[in-house]
Amino acid sequence: MPSIKRHKFKLSSEQLLEMLYWLKLIRSFDERLSILVRQGLVRSGVYSGIGQEAIVVGTCYGLRTEDYICPLHRDLGTFLIKGVPAGVMMAQMYGKATGLSKGRDSALHSGVPELGIFGNTSMLGANAPVGAGLALTFKLEQSDNIVLVYFGEGASNTGDVHEAMNFAAVHKLPLVFICENNIYSYSTPIEKSMAIEDVADRADAYGFDGVAINGNDVLAVYQATQGAIARARAGEGPTLVECKTYRWHGHSEHDKPFYRTADEEAVWKSRDPLPTFTSYLRGQGVLTDDILQGIDQRIRTEIDAAVAFAESSPEPSPEDAATDLYA
Amino acid sequence: MSHELTYLEAIREALVEEMRRDDKVFVLGEDVGAYGGAFGATKGLYDEFGEYRCLDTPISESCIIGVSVGAALRGYRPVAEMQFGDFITCGFDQIVNQAATLRYRYGGRAACPLVVRAPVGGNVAGGLYHSQNPESWFVHRPGLKVVAPGTAWDAKGLLKAAIRDDNPVIYLEHKYLYRRAKGPVPEGDEIVPIGKAAIRREGRNATLVTYGAMVMPALEAADRMAGEGVETEGIDLRSLAPWDKEAVFASLDKTNRVVVVHEDVKTLGMGAEISAAIMEERFDKLDAPVMRVTYPDAHCPFSSVLEQHNLPNADKITEALRRLVAY
Ligand SMILES: Cc1ncc(C[n+]2csc(CCOP(=O)(O)OP(=O)(O)O)c2C)c(N)n1
Repeated sequence: MPSIKRHKFKLSSEQLLEMLYWLKLIRSFDERLSILVRQGLVRSGVYSGIGQEAIVVGTCYGLRTEDYICPLHRDLGTFLIKGVPAGVMMAQMYGKATGLSKGRDSALHSGVPELGIFGNTSMLGANAPVGAGLALTFKLEQSDNIVLVYFGEGASNTGDVHEAMNFAAVHKLPLVFICENNIYSYSTPIEKSMAIEDVADRADAYGFDGVAINGNDVLAVYQATQGAIARARAGEGPTLVECKTYRWHGHSEHDKPFYRTADEEAVWKSRDPLPTFTSYLRGQGVLTDDILQGIDQRIRTEIDAAVAFAESSPEPSPEDAATDLYA
Repeated sequence: MSHELTYLEAIREALVEEMRRDDKVFVLGEDVGAYGGAFGATKGLYDEFGEYRCLDTPISESCIIGVSVGAALRGYRPVAEMQFGDFITCGFDQIVNQAATLRYRYGGRAACPLVVRAPVGGNVAGGLYHSQNPESWFVHRPGLKVVAPGTAWDAKGLLKAAIRDDNPVIYLEHKYLYRRAKGPVPEGDEIVPIGKAAIRREGRNATLVTYGAMVMPALEAADRMAGEGVETEGIDLRSLAPWDKEAVFASLDKTNRVVVVHEDVKTLGMGAEISAAIMEERFDKLDAPVMRVTYPDAHCPFSSVLEQHNLPNADKITEALRRLVAY
């Protein structure tokens, strides 16, 4: 497999701390959602991204507003980092009128054109051709904006993902495919869905580079994605970045991952992206206890405010059940 | 001012004019480029507009429509060609789950202005996979508009309306009409509004509701009935979603008798819908049950002996009209 060129993209102390903030905010958001599901307060399908935050932050950090993302069902954090307020996202999960979808659907089934967010449908892989269409328009406009398309290793088996990769390759689109390989699609382990080990190998068949990286290392994800993004912005076409990772919870908050072993879970929990990054920052002298406390305090306040906003938001008005069907 | 064109030439003329008028309009599909499309609908566009406004795609129907959704989200007006309407099934998800729901799930904050052109219908010895009439699949899904021109004039005017519409529009062009339907076509910017039926023939004894390739045999049947002293009003729906209820009801109020004719199969076809709407809202106006002349609930066979047996024609429609007025 040809490997993509490794540039070093320098980050300042402020930027590194900002990344830590996003990692922690997204983790806290998902943890709170998990509690809200158990309390029966959130009835939406919740596909927790706990354990995979480094991919969200490493890929989205530093994107332009105009750059488009096409996230998958586990990537609620991408909406936050791209600029949707936490309260609005929480209201979306509650199905409230103040959510992105005004209660029409929950989870990530909405989008925000002015923030460059395409919201998925429930059809796995179906965001990939749309991402190709968005990227095509950037190419037509000779702009150097780019598109990130996310999918799991499970969804990498859908025709849509392959059709989109082929199309993006033919037209050298400014597109980065991000595969979040968390080993399982629902209960099905990767060896039952693919005869190869690395999804990244598939890029080869379409004529562009794929690289498999440690998806739990936010800086590794950032470096690899920035490399791919730089190529995309320069008109050199798509790249596939496969991030090896693990999801801690069940497929959704409603099911138990009995198909996994405690040993396997323990191994992966020891690779938690947060403490790894935290101790790296301490080692670099970037992070102190005071700063950490400050971040944690800020996040607690923000999540509490988000829940309060969602709780106190109005239910959708019944008249809105059949509006906005046509422009 | 008008000039004589075939139905196919009218489609091409609409495409050329719309592409000249608005540089956000582009066409894409299999073999639409230098080759000019399987039926020749895009001939000349490649030379005039170049490869990115007349884009040859891989055989990837889902990708073609997904790319159109992505482009539409960024303000483009893609016109996707399905080589044969039958193949639209491979892009079905992108149409019904993606394009149709987009505005609704975005809380009304985005539109999805794309057109899918699909050559449909039989009577060309196409066999099972080159003869289907898929209108009900799409009429059944909110968020989509569906049109089915029956004349060269409407082929042009409805395509222009579809391209300018801010919603996803399924444009069903009938293969049998491509070279057989020839007639006056307006020069320049005449639009046929979506949702408005045309009264092709005035009458007071019975109402015939139809569209697409059935307009010609239906009017022929109406002429024959005139010889028997029965004046039939001939309504060409042109748009199937939304369909022009007012025009149908106004005619029913005059004639008190309706027959619906379509080439699509009977079960849950447009005839079922129109007849149910009449039952619900105009039961007291009926002097006879609403009758239907349709394809039987069968596939479209290759042998023309078999196909002709299945196809509605002027004889079958005349027979139905006789039963209707004698009821
Ligand atoms: C086309 C389609 N088929 C099946 C499903 C049901 N489903 C939802 S998520 C999922 C597993 C997805 O696995 P993967 O793509 O690896 O992503 P992950 O959930 O592991 O992040 C399945 C089977 C679906 N949503 N869409």
